Amino acid sequence: MSDLMKVSSNPHIRSKVTTGNIMLCVILALLPTTFFGIYNFGVRALVLILVTVAAAVLSETIFNKICKKKNTIRDLSAVVTGLLLALNLPVSAPWWIGVIGGAFAIVVVKMLFGGLGQNFMNPALGARCFLLISFTSIMTNFECDGYTGATPLASLKAGEQVDTVSMIIGKTAGTIGETSMIAILIGACILLFVGAIDLKIPFSYLGSFAVFLILFSGHGWSPSYISAQLAGGGLMLGAFFMATDYVTRPITKRGQYVYGIILGILTGIFRIYGASAEGVSYAIILGNLLVPLIERVTLPRGFGKGGEKA
Amino acid sequence: MNSGKERLINGIIKENPTFVLMLGMCPTLAVTTSAINGLGMGLTTTVVLALSNVFISLLRNIIPDKVRIPAFIVIIASFVTMLELLLEGFLPSLYAALGIYIPLIVVNCIILGRAEAYASKNPVFSSFFDGLGMGLGFSIALTCIGAVRELLGAGDLFGFHIMPTADHPWMFGGKEIAFFTPASIFVLAPGAFFVLACLTAIQNKVKLEGEKKGKDMSKIGSGCSEDCMNCGEEGCGKRRFYDTEAGEGPVGKKEEQKTEQKNIEKQKIAEQQKKAEEKEKVKEREEENNE
Repeated sequence: MSDLMKVSSNPHIRSKVTTGNIMLCVILALLPTTFFGIYNFGVRALVLILVTVAAAVLSETIFNKICKKKNTIRDLSAVVTGLLLALNLPVSAPWWIGVIGGAFAIVVVKMLFGGLGQNFMNPALGARCFLLISFTSIMTNFECDGYTGATPLASLKAGEQVDTVSMIIGKTAGTIGETSMIAILIGACILLFVGAIDLKIPFSYLGSFAVFLILFSGHGWSPSYISAQLAGGGLMLGAFFMATDYVTRPITKRGQYVYGIILGILTGIFRIYGASAEGVSYAIILGNLLVPLIERVTLPRGFGKGGEKA
Repeated sequence: MNSGKERLINGIIKENPTFVLMLGMCPTLAVTTSAINGLGMGLTTTVVLALSNVFISLLRNIIPDKVRIPAFIVIIASFVTMLELLLEGFLPSLYAALGIYIPLIVVNCIILGRAEAYASKNPVFSSFFDGLGMGLGFSIALTCIGAVRELLGAGDLFGFHIMPTADHPWMFGGKEIAFFTPASIFVLAPGAFFVLACLTAIQNKVKLEGEKKGKDMSKIGSGCSEDCMNCGEEGCGKRRFYDTEAGEGPVGKKEEQKTEQKNIEKQKIAEQQKKAEEKEKVKEREEENNE
């Protein structure tokens, strides 16, 4: 009886899902990619990942200390940001690249705009683009098995033949986390199984990108070219882990399809007509900036509102 | 408020055009790729600003109010043209570096803003110092931004190699030290925004700290800006706006205004009624005619 008399305001039933839980899922889902990166590129990759994550977490702590705010590192979003950024770095990058990138991602892109949930741009990608513009030669110095070489995507752009099977498995040059399509897809399956993401954005992104390639790449309907483009570069990592970032994607259902299609078209434009072979990070950042507009035009109509014009 | 020293301090610190007023952002962001460029742009603007302020102040009683902006622009443009030719003749490297931004000084909103807000209402002497102070504040701000961008983006300062880059390492007893890698984003457009934001934040921090210690950090009035809504001067005779909710405003006038408004509304309603009646009459006549 006494239990029944306890009256509190709603919500009465709470989900067990917290920000920390979701972020933990993302970290778990990124582990296959991380381990493959370390296996592919050696201990240097592990050191770079650790340094970047530590820099991200430390800079969040220090920023909160300076601003006299509650420390927010427990929601693990700084760890995810650091990890994603590290997976976007080439293994030959010196350690201070990780430190600058981690600090920039957390302080400038996330905390200065109000912390998690307020940032208008994916912090890891913002920092990657900052580093890419600042230290172009370091950030595009890719190596594999001790040899410096072009990424498969760059070779593809130059018109050379590439080995699609090795691109799918991941024994190629590239950033630490982007090479293995299989490892990324395993992680994506974990996220899908847990329900942390759904397929709206990745499918509309990859689908519209493939359609764009068929129409405008000049290769027409060529399965080998399209599969190489899909497996190459950061497309998979971007589509499943960065474009689906809760904070910077649209919240409306139709908006998510529109967002995915815009990303696909932008990536296609950057990859085919751009000077650089890669365009995923710029595409996602530009898409992030369009999110408020997308949400505005795709607001679902309330029941009974509007209707047929008399 | 009109002494020369006060105008200088106001322009350089309290009402710094870049960090406080946020005016003239186009040259601020575009030409500050190096400290020299920033300084050159700042000093050029200073000369134009001081001279145009003097002449606008001299002509302030002659220029008709309705065409004052074109008149100001003509005065400013003549000085800019003179300076452009001088720069082209004597400092060709700076002229090449600043490029299109020299003719664009004509439409620099600091110059037009000072002409409109200060020089057109104040005597020559203080107008000159106002222009000088504002120009020096602009120069200092641009030099600071340029110095930071040059230092981080190229490792240089005023064209001298400062940081130990790979091309110009420090030498210590035969050992080369080169730990600094220039971040080229600072020479590009985004770097200008980063540096401007950081320097403005530092300036605000200093200002807040100063106010905490009890120093007077408030702006010195630049004469009436006719912005009665944000102006605190209660005793001003030209006042057109009163925050009546906060209890401002001359007592007695309020009620008069209210009754006036009511009268006007009554008149309007009466007029509308008259018109409606007339229309109805016309209609009735037409109907009668038709029948």
